[in-house]
This record gives sequence, C-alpha cells and structure tokens, in this order.
Amino acid sequence: MTLFFQQLLNALALGGVYSLVALGLTLVYGVMKIPNFSHGALYMLGAYISYAALTSLGLPYFLALGLSGVVLGLLSAVLERVVFHPLRHASHVHTMIAAVGVLFFIEAVIRLPFVFGSDFLQLPSPLSGIVSFGGVTITAQRLLIIGASVVIMGLLYFFLKRTLVGTTIEAMAQNREGARLMGINVNGVAMLTFGISGLLAAVASTLYAPTALISPSMGEVMNLKVFAIIILGGMGSVPGAVVGAFLLALAEVFGGVIVGADFADIVGFALLVLVLAFRPQGLFRSGA
Amino acid sequence: MTPQITFKSALPWLIVFALAALIPVFTSNRYILDVAVNIMIWTIAAYGLNVMLGYAGILQLAHAGFFGIGAYTVGILTLKAGWSFWLAWPAGVALCAVLGLLLGLVAFRTGRETFPIFTLGVGVIITQVINKWDALTGGNDGLNGIQAPKLGSIDFGRGAAFFYLGLITLGLVIFLVARVRSSMFGRSLIAIQGSEDLARTLGINVFSHQLRVMMLSTAIAGLAGGFYAVYIGFMGAAITGVAQTFVVLLYLLVGGVGTLAGPLIGTALMFFLGEQLKNFGDYQFIVFGPLLILMVMFAPGGIAGLWSKTMFARQKPPPPADRSQQEATDAGV
Repeated sequence: MTLFFQQLLNALALGGVYSLVALGLTLVYGVMKIPNFSHGALYMLGAYISYAALTSLGLPYFLALGLSGVVLGLLSAVLERVVFHPLRHASHVHTMIAAVGVLFFIEAVIRLPFVFGSDFLQLPSPLSGIVSFGGVTITAQRLLIIGASVVIMGLLYFFLKRTLVGTTIEAMAQNREGARLMGINVNGVAMLTFGISGLLAAVASTLYAPTALISPSMGEVMNLKVFAIIILGGMGSVPGAVVGAFLLALAEVFGGVIVGADFADIVGFALLVLVLAFRPQGLFRSGA
Repeated sequence: MTPQITFKSALPWLIVFALAALIPVFTSNRYILDVAVNIMIWTIAAYGLNVMLGYAGILQLAHAGFFGIGAYTVGILTLKAGWSFWLAWPAGVALCAVLGLLLGLVAFRTGRETFPIFTLGVGVIITQVINKWDALTGGNDGLNGIQAPKLGSIDFGRGAAFFYLGLITLGLVIFLVARVRSSMFGRSLIAIQGSEDLARTLGINVFSHQLRVMMLSTAIAGLAGGFYAVYIGFMGAAITGVAQTFVVLLYLLVGGVGTLAGPLIGTALMFFLGEQLKNFGDYQFIVFGPLLILMVMFAPGGIAGLWSKTMFARQKPPPPADRSQQEATDAGV
C-alpha cells in the first residue's frame, strides 16, 4: 500500500509537468489550429536557459525560473510572428512541417559544442530535502512540482475565464472571425497565446529538470508525450489536456511497474492507440 | 487535365534512365556507385511518401518505421530463417501493406489534423519495439551480416549488379506511381484532397481510397527498406526513427510534393548535400531545419513545382486547396 501511494505521488508530480506543457500546446491548437511540433524544443530550451541562468549568471532558482519563462514567452511570440504568421493561409501540413524545421534547428543549435553540446547536464535543485508522511516519502522538488503546477493551472484558469485579455483568447478559439468582428486584435491574441505556451513550457521544464537530467533530445520525447495527451484529451480542449496529462502519467508510472521500465515510454502511446481505436475524437470534444 | 502516360511524356524519363544505366560502364568508382544506390533507395522511399502526401494530401509520419519493418523482415527472414531474398523481399512488402492497412483502419478515424501526430506516435512505437525486442531484432546491436542476394549465376555483390537491380526497381516504382496518378484511383485521391465532402457526393468511398493509398505507400516504404537491408548488410533501429521520416520528407519537399519527378530530384540533390555535410553529423539540421521552413514558405511546390510553374505557367491550374486553407479563405482571414 505504501508503494502504491509512493507511486501515486510520483504520478501526480509527472502529471503536473505534463499538464503545463500540454496546456500550452492545446491553447495554441485551440486558437490557431496549429499543431506546434516545435513545442518540445521550447520546453527543452527553457531548461537550458534556466541552467545558464543558474550556473553562468548565478541567479537563485526561482529567479532563473522566472527569467526562463519570460525569455521563452517572448521567443515563442517572435516565432509566431516570423514563422507561423506568414503561413496562416497555408495548409496545415505546411505549418506542421515548418514547426518541425524549428524543432530541428533549435535542437541542432543547442547541440553545437560551443553552445551546450550533446552531453547530459544536471540542473541543481533548490530544495534537496525529502518529505515523509506515514512511510510515504517524496522529494521536496516533486512536492514543489505538484504545488506549483496546481497554482499555475489555477492562475491560468482565472486568466482565461475572469480577465478581459484571457476571454479574448477563448473568444478567438471559439470563433476566429466573430472575434475579429468584435474588434479583437487577432494577431495580438495569436502572439499572446504563443507567448503563454512558451512560458508554460519553460516553467514546466525548469520545475522538472532537477529530478531528471537535461539533454538536447529531452524535447523530442516530451513533444510526443504531450501530443499524445492532447489527442487523448481532444485537440484544443483545456480540461482534456489536464485529464489526459494525469491519465498518461498514471499509465506510465503504474504501467512501468507492470511491464518493466524498458517499455515504460511506449505505455503512453499504447494507451493512445487503444483509446483512439474506440473513441477517435478523443475523450473530450475539441474546443477551448 | 489528366496526365496520361504517352511516349512524349515518358521520353525524358527514358533518357534519364538510359544515361543512369551507363554510369557503371564509365566508372567503377565504389563511392559514386554507393551514393547512386543510396539515392535510389531513398528515392523509392520518397515515392512512397509522395503517393500519400502528394496524391491524397495526407501526412503520414511512421514512414521510416515501415521502411524499417521492410528492412528488418528481409534481414530476419534471410539471416535467421534462411529464406531467399527473392521470397523475403515480397514478404516484407506484403507485411508492410497489411500493417499499413491495420494502422489506417484506426488512424483515418481520428481526423485529418490528428492523423500525422497519431502516426508519429505509432512510428515511435515501431522504433522502440525494434530497439527493445533483442531476441528478434538484435536490439541495440542491430542485425549484422545480411547477405547480398544471388540469382542463378549473378551475385549481387556491392558492384554494378546491385546498381542495376536498384535502377530496375526504381524504374518500376516510378512507372507504378505514374500509372496510379493517371488512373481513376489516382484522380479520385486528388478529388478527395481537394474536398472530402465533394468527393463523397461524387460517390467516391473516401475511407476505402485512403486505406488503399496507405497500403500502397507503406508497401513502397517496405520495398525500399528490404532493398536497403541487403545492400547495407547491417542495420540498427535508428534508421526506422522519426528523424529519418523527416529527412525523407525534406527530400520530397525540396523536390516537389505531388510531382512525378520531385522525389527523384529532391533525394538526389539533398542526399548529395547531406554527404557534403556528413562531417557535421547532427549539425546538418542547422541547415536542414531552416531549409524546411523556407521551402514551405517560399517554394511549397519544390524544385519540380518551380520548374512547371515557370515552364507551363499558362497551362497548369493551381493545385487543389487543402481543407483548412479553404476554411481560412471562407472565413476571410
């Protein structure tokens, strides 16, 4: 039973990270119908910028987290303007291919020997302790992940539902043309949505990195997982992304125990294939 | 405008193939023949992707996975079961077609935007299974010592005989995809790409057509993979990976999606460029990444597209708009 709760807490921490990354992806899809394959690269870049801020600049962890979030938010908005805005009339296949180009480019730049190189790096954790209640132990970093992801999801919910700027994002997701006729700056909202998605990805990777290692390929793996999540939850659905994220995390953690660590990474895709075989539209209907 | 295969349209192809057939006569340089055979292998794979993306407008991202299934089927059957290559090769192609059908049965139900991502996930599963199933595939060590095929007294070593086998195979594939394009089936695919709903009202069974083109595409990938296995003689799971799919996609994009010459031109050019960048390893993506973006932005028709645009500007109607593009136009954004 202790093992069960232990694994449950691990799954919650993993699910929190997945949710943050998947939320950004699903928002971008919901608003702009862009399956942004470069999202994983932004996630990876976020961890590297935090690493640079911590080691080269010597910033404290939470400042590095904030800096990385802001930098990635801005970069992501620029990316929308430079790459995706010119392709807004192109077919979705072209947009996807362009996003893949961005992914390859960012990863190749990070791999350059004079940038970070291909080796694994360790992001130092701000909280090194272990918390234990009733025999169930969890590292303080994982506890931080769970807490922070809940707070951030709450803030995002508040932003989307209760603020004027946030509701413009929702409006555009529901009806782009209607939103434009209501005087909403469609291009501005597009950049804002991309910015938010980059910020969420960077925060997620900075939170998660201390419990794992960082490497240039970490984004590819995450990319596939969060795409699996948003398909599972229904493309563009915000609640779907959160539910899908925790489902995948639970399936990976408990599935890994059952089928062995070797196949843990494909448990999620097996789940995806199974669910879509019976429910092709995903668990939730699309739409933010 | 239906492209029919006439002597006039086939003439440039015949000339190209006649010239290519002379290469081993004039040079016995191993490197040149090796590059040529590699280009033929990846060109065949690119034609497989082209029938999906170019004819049907569907991006299928498990392509290298199917290439790998074809390659590993030939490798395993010849190495471990002692089959002849001439039996193992069709078996690999057939297996890829059947698996393509099974994948299509699930994947086509998920919707047009979800399809590429879903197949991408399946591609990852294929690579992972190949990589972890040590007993069958050799796992991380891969398969080694796959023999070159023999036919009667001809031994297809790494010399000119292999070159000609590749050239004949490539010629047959190009002939096949040209026939498909001009057939009722091919024209129905183009109609579906233009508008699924419209095609449906014309009595075209969209799902069945998509399944058939999927089988054709994965079968061609398996054909290329089987040939690759016996040519290279050894392989690992990396060749089945998602990155390899995107490399083939890049070849196709540069050459021209949906055109008949595109896969050949793009693969030949980009493979050659890749050889020049080989010393840079992963860094070649610093060039390839932005190139992908620039291609879709400024030359979505690729080199073959640019060519026909300048040569036949008056004759060629614009390619049918994609559905999302249509929606965007309708909405006036």
